[in-house]
Amino acid sequence: MSGHVAPVRKPLITGRKTYHQITEDICRPTETAPSLSWVITFILSVMCLGMFAFSVAWTVWVGIGSWNLNRTINWGWDITNFVWWVGIGHAGTLISAILLLFRQKWRTGVNRAAEAMTIFAVICAGQFPLIHMGRLWLAIFIFPYPNTRGPLWVNFNSPLLWDVFAISTYFTVSLLFWYAGLVPDLATVRDRAKGLRKKIYSIVSFGWNGSAKHWQRWESLSLILAGLATPLVLSVHTIVSFDFATSVIPGWHTTIFPPYFVAGAIFSGFAMVLTLMLIARKVLKLEDYITLEHVESMNKVILLTGSIVGVAYLTELFIAWYSGYIYEQFAFLNRVLGPYYWSYIGMMLCNVLSPQIFWSKKIRRSLFWTFFMSIFINIGMWFERFVIIATTLARDYLPSSWSYYVPSWVEICIFIGTLGLFFTLFLIFTRVAPVVAIAEIKSILKTAGDQYIGDEAVGHGHHVPAAANDLAAGSTVDIDNNENEIK
Amino acid sequence: MAEVMSTERNILFGLYDDEVKLLDAVKAANAAHLNIDEVYTPFPVHGLDPLLGLEESRLHIAGFIFGTIGCLFGFGFMTWVFTRDWPIIFGGKPYWSVPAFIPITFELTVLFAAVGMVLVFYIICGLGPGAEPRRLHDRITDDKFCIAFDATDLASGAVDDLKGYFSKTGAESVHSKMVPA
Repeated sequence: MSGHVAPVRKPLITGRKTYHQITEDICRPTETAPSLSWVITFILSVMCLGMFAFSVAWTVWVGIGSWNLNRTINWGWDITNFVWWVGIGHAGTLISAILLLFRQKWRTGVNRAAEAMTIFAVICAGQFPLIHMGRLWLAIFIFPYPNTRGPLWVNFNSPLLWDVFAISTYFTVSLLFWYAGLVPDLATVRDRAKGLRKKIYSIVSFGWNGSAKHWQRWESLSLILAGLATPLVLSVHTIVSFDFATSVIPGWHTTIFPPYFVAGAIFSGFAMVLTLMLIARKVLKLEDYITLEHVESMNKVILLTGSIVGVAYLTELFIAWYSGYIYEQFAFLNRVLGPYYWSYIGMMLCNVLSPQIFWSKKIRRSLFWTFFMSIFINIGMWFERFVIIATTLARDYLPSSWSYYVPSWVEICIFIGTLGLFFTLFLIFTRVAPVVAIAEIKSILKTAGDQYIGDEAVGHGHHVPAAANDLAAGSTVDIDNNENEIK
Repeated sequence: MAEVMSTERNILFGLYDDEVKLLDAVKAANAAHLNIDEVYTPFPVHGLDPLLGLEESRLHIAGFIFGTIGCLFGFGFMTWVFTRDWPIIFGGKPYWSVPAFIPITFELTVLFAAVGMVLVFYIICGLGPGAEPRRLHDRITDDKFCIAFDATDLASGAVDDLKGYFSKTGAESVHSKMVPA
């Protein structure tokens, strides 16, 4: 549709697509047999998932003692992994909600996959607090339901309970938001399918028919859900940070935690989106929809949030020194120079120093460096959580309780296992649902397609119906073969 | 005869290949006082709603009501538990420690508003697993923009007028289909 497009805007859809070609390109992965690389990756992921099942079963059978946690360090890899996965789960809703409110068109290329990633990451995150309970079958006790124990209620004043509410609300709202966006695209797949596939997609597409009133309500729903999800996404990692910030442990008891955690979450989430999308655009041949413009925009967000995280690290050190409080000072001295100095170095290197290379436009637009950095940042953000959790606990108030912690094989296998769970779910998703939001891409075609804007545009200005007709005539439109054609 | 007719509607519809043509055609239909039954598009077309006289959606009101219920329920429930049902002192704080209730109250506000609004959306649109609303053509979810008229009770002259309207406004093809009422 028409509307003013600033001349600095570059096309977000390349390859001079018509509406029909967009449908073809994005539906193709759901309609063809999987490639060999998909099959191999899937088998590897399922093997990791099997490892997850085994090591969780081992934990439950042998007991939490099979982990190397001790009385001093009672949160180790489990909570590190939990916070890491929750952080990764922040990018999807940020892209779909906050960027929708800001009317950023580039979100349409990546929002669907990022939201799926969010949901799968939160599923992975949720495993850790549950497994850490040791007695999985009593997990229901964390919800306040009328029970035969009094009824005895949960402690509503506890940040750990706030977490239960925050994460379950976040998961539910993200799922609803994602699926509401998916319904029209599943209908597109349905209308191209035959036989059993058509029956299945008829059920999951809820009978969507694209009527004007439905679209109007759908847009209204998306906008309000985005408005609700925006404070929600900020609240979730804020509340996760309260798990630490409301304690009285030096190194945790800091007011900077909520914004610092939220920035870190966006940082790591975008890194994971880039890791996945750089592979997906190649394997699923979506280079025309996830372009260098998208990659560069995300790298800018990474540069910003990485720098915020860097400022937070330095502020922590400064405040610890400035507070004049020896326990706080010791906690931070110990973080930098203590027995876990290597994880602090890893964190600083991966999260603060290396993302600064994105000041260069050339590197922001380099797929190699972007992929390399996305992996680097994921590692760095894992180190950050490990630094906060394990380093702080390792040096207790009483030197007699000081301890060191290395994970057992069970903990390592559970972590690798959640990666298997994550990739298994994501790989299935790429086979059964459109990875790019088809309807949303079509709605920005005339303001972001390369035949309408940018250097390659046909004619001048952004609104060229004549050119669109030429393109449509050249495409493979074959309306007569449709079974609805009448007599 | 009339009763048989009432269970099925004869829908006459034209398909357009561009949303600009669709908008022009809707304008032409309004000018000619043609009674459009429904418009179907592959994506939300901006500027279509006012032409069709669609009122702004009131989903946000539903969201507000559900959110208010969630907010009051969450806060009220925690208040009841900690002041009436089972008061416990945590860390020397008052039973009714309002600041500590804020995070859960907020989460429940968002949860109720989102879930309630999504349910209302599916119910008023008549969508859901197994729902079978009218589907006229397979290309409507792909790249065709459809204007549909209810031709059940029209005389053949009026139908010819509609066909003339479709060809004049640049419809790519014209179809008719019997659908359940």
